[in-house]
Amino acid sequence: MTLAPPPSSRVQLTEDGKLRHFLSVEHLPRPLLEDILDTAASFVDVGGRAIKKVPLLRGKTVVNLFFESSTRTRSTFELAAKRLSADVLNLDIAKSATSKGETLLDTLRNLEAMAADMFVVRHQDSGAPFFIANEVTPRVAVINAGDGRHAHPTQAMLDMYTIRHYKGGFDGLRVAIVGDILHSRVARSQIHALNILGAEEVRLIGPRTLLPTDVEQLGVTVFTDMAQGLKDVDVVIMLRLQKERMDSALLPSEAEFFRLYGLNNEKLRHARPDAIVMHPGPINRGVEIASEVADGPRSVILNQVTFGIAVRMAVMSMAISGQESSHNPEQGGDHGR
Amino acid sequence: MRWNEADIDARLAAMAEQVTSGYGEATPSLVGIQSGGAWVAQALNQRLATRLPLGRLDVSFYRDDFDTRGLKRTVRPSDLPFDVDGAHLVLVDDVLMTGRTIRAAMNELFDFGRPASIRLAVLFDIGHRQLPIRADICGETLALPPHQRVELFGPAPLTAEIRDIRPEE
Repeated sequence: MTLAPPPSSRVQLTEDGKLRHFLSVEHLPRPLLEDILDTAASFVDVGGRAIKKVPLLRGKTVVNLFFESSTRTRSTFELAAKRLSADVLNLDIAKSATSKGETLLDTLRNLEAMAADMFVVRHQDSGAPFFIANEVTPRVAVINAGDGRHAHPTQAMLDMYTIRHYKGGFDGLRVAIVGDILHSRVARSQIHALNILGAEEVRLIGPRTLLPTDVEQLGVTVFTDMAQGLKDVDVVIMLRLQKERMDSALLPSEAEFFRLYGLNNEKLRHARPDAIVMHPGPINRGVEIASEVADGPRSVILNQVTFGIAVRMAVMSMAISGQESSHNPEQGGDHGR
Repeated sequence: MRWNEADIDARLAAMAEQVTSGYGEATPSLVGIQSGGAWVAQALNQRLATRLPLGRLDVSFYRDDFDTRGLKRTVRPSDLPFDVDGAHLVLVDDVLMTGRTIRAAMNELFDFGRPASIRLAVLFDIGHRQLPIRADICGETLALPPHQRVELFGPAPLTAEIRDIRPEE
């Protein structure tokens, strides 16, 4: 299955500009991204309560549709849905129906027949969530939980939340994204989000073999040297070296990669003294990041996980809300008191 | 019809006298509902001889009309800087009408803990109740036709006026 994402992500928004599906950060307006971050802030607060649950999506059914396995992302989506009081169905399609010959569309029709309200889709092919969003019946929202090398928008938004939390905003910020950019859908989504939210400079640091060829068009500065690239940055985002996706000799060895691009305290000296270090996880200690940094005072890696649940709660409730309101045009104004 | 700063002030003064009475040795805490109720709670607290613990609640995640109206555009975090378990609470809102916001607020409060008691204080009660909820303390009771609402402007100074709503609301 080869599916190219459509040039515009118009499918994501309702006629009045609300989130309907969340497939890609690209082309979304800045106020909408800020809405997501603001709504997430209220959900962070819910995670600190005696009862970590709100009744917002009570009676809704969320289906985690994972064509590519991912324990971590699936668990945070599952927890986010449960904290919104939704019912959750986890389907590991990689191991089930498609291996019996059922087509994607047949799988979708079956799930729709079970009255699902949302599909959270992870797929190895770029564009698959767009295809699904175009095919689902109205009233079903689709969230992209990572597609091929294309996008991982909720990861990017939780990273934006983390940056805003620690840095107060994006004005004047220099952000470096380091490592295996070539295989990283996370990096692509981060670059779009940072540019939309008005970061001063987005830098990519990595060996030429792990940088996409047309990468400068994304509005970034490219460095192949860590010391130069990290100079005076406010945020360092390390990417996981995706060994399972390396099908050719892109790297001499992991040890060589760590020597040149692995983040240790010595290399981190080049960044600003108050720089934070982020990583989407799971981390490869001693490959892209040293334990002294991952467990060090500037690492916010575990805080990213906490914020990730809140950001996913925000996106899920906004998308279901957008589905509902697109069927109730007299939306807005005074809530009955 | 309009209420200027002095009009609102007179009503708040009368309400403030009742807020702390009847608790004996205990001290209640104020919980204002975002956003108008939070303004009223703040203003009430300023009129008390001894300030009370003050929190605010955003009930957006607890509303019963999510299916028809969706999520409010601006949701702010709820902030209750005291232990709800065993606390005497005075829930404060600007306008009481259907009672649905109050029900949502009480549901939310119980997710923070088990309060010893909850009382309701509102600046305006405009009737049209749909649930068995009433105010313990009320600044002013109005009988408004269905197409009219009271709107509070704030946070300071607090003023209010009656406005007509569009039929579809």
